Amino acid sequence: MNRPAKLMIGLLLCLFALVLLWVFHVALTQPPGARLADLALASLPLSGVTNPVTAVLVNYRAYDTLLELAVLLAALLGIWSLGAATPGFQPAGSALAAMVSWVVPLLILTGGYLLWVGGYAPGGAFQAGALLGAAGVLLRLAGDERAGLPSERAQRRLAVAGIAVFALVGLGTMVAGTGFLTYPQRWSKWLILLAETAATVSIGVILAAAYAGGKPRSRASDGATP
Amino acid sequence: MTAHLLYGGAGILLFVLGVWSFLVHEALLRKVIALNVMGSGVFHLLIAIAERGSLPPDPVPHALVLTGIVVAVSATALALAMGRRLEDEDDAR
Repeated sequence: MNRPAKLMIGLLLCLFALVLLWVFHVALTQPPGARLADLALASLPLSGVTNPVTAVLVNYRAYDTLLELAVLLAALLGIWSLGAATPGFQPAGSALAAMVSWVVPLLILTGGYLLWVGGYAPGGAFQAGALLGAAGVLLRLAGDERAGLPSERAQRRLAVAGIAVFALVGLGTMVAGTGFLTYPQRWSKWLILLAETAATVSIGVILAAAYAGGKPRSRASDGATP
Repeated sequence: MTAHLLYGGAGILLFVLGVWSFLVHEALLRKVIALNVMGSGVFHLLIAIAERGSLPPDPVPHALVLTGIVVAVSATALALAMGRRLEDEDDAR
């Protein structure tokens, strides 16, 4: 692209930014109208959790979260269909290997904590899954070709587990007569925890597998514990 | 109010920078990064809008941003894998 065109685009975008800023300023100075927050906070005692963000994600908009897991799975399927993963890096030096052997268990522990704490404080399946994914990324950077994940077959099952458990919970609530993903109040906390746990594992596996960047290569010792 | 304006303004700035980079640069990797910067700007703005005055922050935009981050990460991963595949094809030719 030539220089005048770049400048022109820059100028137009500056104007655009000014318009957006003005709109944002006007929106801030107006009194807030009817907000969904009031409804969300009012029905919080019925949702089974006390953290409003978790309640929105896994209770009020559970359908949305279910489909989001489907998006993650679709992305992984796309990545796997593009070919095999690149070979991993060479095994890490002793300093990095020692650090990884400390940090990865800590990451898994913190992930479990975040999953549990999501019920009443900031945290939840996505944060915990992101930590598990980060553990996988670290392992791959330290030389593990498969990012610490089990065999391809197990990876497939784990990647689908989140959406499968979520859908089964939804079907279960349907059979129980409350409607798809409408938790009965007595069980809601445990159903949410079940769905979130499966989602955490799935998200972690999918993120780590996506980082490997392709279908896992078959190893000679396939099926052995990593 | 000023803090809101600063935070939301930073979001708008990030978004516009991302759009500029997306339009101007040709390399696929830069476009993917630009898209991510645009997304970060939108997330900033949504978080800034969630809290109004003395009311408790609105959890709905927070949940939307969480959803958005995960979708952005997976889309980025897919785009990078596709980009790598394209480069492999170009090298083979």
